[in-house]
Amino acid sequence: MATLFQGVGAVTPFSASSSLDSNKLLLPSRKSLSISDSRGSIFVYRSDALNLKAATRKQDLLIPNAVATKGETSTSAKSGHELLLFEALREGLEEEMERDPRVCVMGEDVGHYGGSYKVTKGLAEKYGDLRVLDTPIAENSFTGMGIGAAMTGLRPIVEGMNMGFLLLAFNQISNNCGMLHYTSGGQFTIPIVIRGPGGVGRQLGAEHSQRLESYFQSIPGIQMVACSTPYNAKGLMKAAIRSENPVILFEHVLLYNLKERIPDEEYVLSLEEAEMVRPGEHVTILTYSRMRYHVMQAAKTLVNKGYDPEVIDIRSLKPFDLYTIGCSVKKTHRVLIVEECMRTGGIGASLTAAITENFHDYLDAPIVCLSSQDVPTPYAGTLEEWTVVQPAQIVSAVEQLCQ
Amino acid sequence: MIFDYIEIFILTFCEQLITKEEGLVLYEDMILGRFFEDMCAQMYYRGKMFGFVHLYNGQEAVSTGFIKFLKKEDYVVSTYRDHVHALSKGVPAREVMSELFGKATGCCRGQGGSMHMFSKQHNLLGGFAFIGEGIPVATGAAFSSKYRREVLKEPGADEVTLAFFGDGTCNNGQFYECLNMAALWKLPIVFVVENNLWAIGMSHLRATSDPQIWKKGPAFGMPGIHVDGMDVLKVREVAKEAIERARRGEGPTLVECETYRFRGHSLADPDELRDPESVSSLAAEKAHYAGRDPITALKKYLFDNKLASEQELKAIDKKIEELLDEAVEFADESPLPPRSQLLENVFADPKGFGIGPDGKYRCEDPKFTQGTAHV
Repeated sequence: MATLFQGVGAVTPFSASSSLDSNKLLLPSRKSLSISDSRGSIFVYRSDALNLKAATRKQDLLIPNAVATKGETSTSAKSGHELLLFEALREGLEEEMERDPRVCVMGEDVGHYGGSYKVTKGLAEKYGDLRVLDTPIAENSFTGMGIGAAMTGLRPIVEGMNMGFLLLAFNQISNNCGMLHYTSGGQFTIPIVIRGPGGVGRQLGAEHSQRLESYFQSIPGIQMVACSTPYNAKGLMKAAIRSENPVILFEHVLLYNLKERIPDEEYVLSLEEAEMVRPGEHVTILTYSRMRYHVMQAAKTLVNKGYDPEVIDIRSLKPFDLYTIGCSVKKTHRVLIVEECMRTGGIGASLTAAITENFHDYLDAPIVCLSSQDVPTPYAGTLEEWTVVQPAQIVSAVEQLCQ
Repeated sequence: MIFDYIEIFILTFCEQLITKEEGLVLYEDMILGRFFEDMCAQMYYRGKMFGFVHLYNGQEAVSTGFIKFLKKEDYVVSTYRDHVHALSKGVPAREVMSELFGKATGCCRGQGGSMHMFSKQHNLLGGFAFIGEGIPVATGAAFSSKYRREVLKEPGADEVTLAFFGDGTCNNGQFYECLNMAALWKLPIVFVVENNLWAIGMSHLRATSDPQIWKKGPAFGMPGIHVDGMDVLKVREVAKEAIERARRGEGPTLVECETYRFRGHSLADPDELRDPESVSSLAAEKAHYAGRDPITALKKYLFDNKLASEQELKAIDKKIEELLDEAVEFADESPLPPRSQLLENVFADPKGFGIGPDGKYRCEDPKFTQGTAHV
């Protein structure tokens, strides 16, 4: 478990040696199914899956306070194991496949090739070609196939090689995935997980660098989460698989090689809750996925300049965790949203509306939303850099907001 | 040699395609389908149901021929023309009727409507409004069946899935993608094409480069069969073979049933192109198929082979009429869904709405929860 609180370790996209201790600073006294105390570190869900034996055995080993608090860094510094984000995803996936034989993976190149980002490496040898299914290049149909399998008792995970390819599956995601539980009057559940990498990479070109969270946002009946660290990647992957709702898990191409120390014990995170990355007093900065690292980089500069930003990784893109966000807004009265999604109709726009509607009285200044430009991602490196929000822009936005 | 001739003689003379019980079951099912659809039309014009209602008159042989071979655990996936598939699969007529009326006692609690009939109990996986959308879902159900047999090693997991769709769908990408995947993994599925020659107003011949759909099966490595969809006994023969093939694990089959719909595409369709007054060749088409009404054909077969008498069939007619009257009465008297039902069933797990474990919204969003009961 990430123990050292290093505050604002400057994280480059391809490696993170310092870990961001997210969980030990969660807000206390929240009503949840956690078995921990008021430090609220680990959320364990007793799922309604059929086979609880393995889970209960592991839960006997669970330590409620595995997360060290600020003072106790030395003793628990060596517990847990270090791994990269894609390995964390794989670990979560493997644990769930081990636990429930109905969990299966389908996607392009997930089997023999091991996944284009190696998230499913080794799983096909272990579980067979039918549980880790290599599909032909037919996104709409294999997503629909995943939905049909979910309706009839399996728990599939559909991998889009790139989130952009899921645009081809939009028919099935919008019409069937989100709707069938409702139009069947609650008769069929669709416990499917759709995951894949998205976001702006390193000069991957326009079509491979799409920021699609907003496209799926309005579909009623689905949940969306975005992971950003190995710790929350594994926890969210497990939670998504155990959830009875269809969940879309957004990963980011540039975050797959982040390294962090995560606990050895089993843990499952909550799909609807946000993560407090750094508590503060002056301004609330809401972010998710890769932008979290740009924000933390900017936060370092801001701290040096005397500001005290509160950084929250919203994680849950649908539904928003308005409780955590609200508590924060009530404390700081200023909000800055930093996201990689498009300006028009993006997650930030939606979040701005939600905060304004609910917490208008608590705001001292209008909400500032920094999102990426409304352009197809250019190929040229310099142009690509200017498409997304950079730490310098975040710093000046906070300065302006706090005047 | 002579004994062979005698054997063949005896076999052809005595061989009956169906027994009396089977014949009556088929007749009852087709009559139920026909009368139900006629009742739907009546109710629609009386303002009891709205929207798009697609009727199945004329195509009953396909539904009855195939679905009456299935076990309860087998899956059926249909399109928007799904009332009769639901009835054949066993969904009670009163539930289908009240779903059409939009009442809370409908099979989908009034939330689906004419085009979205689902039944978990009878393994009817819907009712889809967009064409071709159900085919991947059917492929998924077949995959599930194969998974249960090979990975979970459940004994007796040999459920077959039937995917029904039309000629228009056979030009859609999802159809081809699923034919490929089903043949690739030898999934236990039968693709049943109800080729009624018309996709609303688009003739199949004007929309398809090679109108012989059954030929597309062998292109993907599965048998493609063409059958006269107006003759329930011929459909039954083909269905038996295709379903048993799938059950044995030998893979999918593509069956093209040549059939016809007597009414328009939907109740809102003026059906001008096939108007007897207008284009003469199409009027001839309509008359030609009316003469091949599957119910009339089955009646004739039953009478000719002395399997049933006039009174028995009339008794069945009366029974179905009473059943439908009761269904309409039930639907009329059922309550409309209350407001509190609006947000139910959006999520299987209400945490998706941001509801905490105590049943309340974790953050009270006034706009969101105004006027609705707790989920």
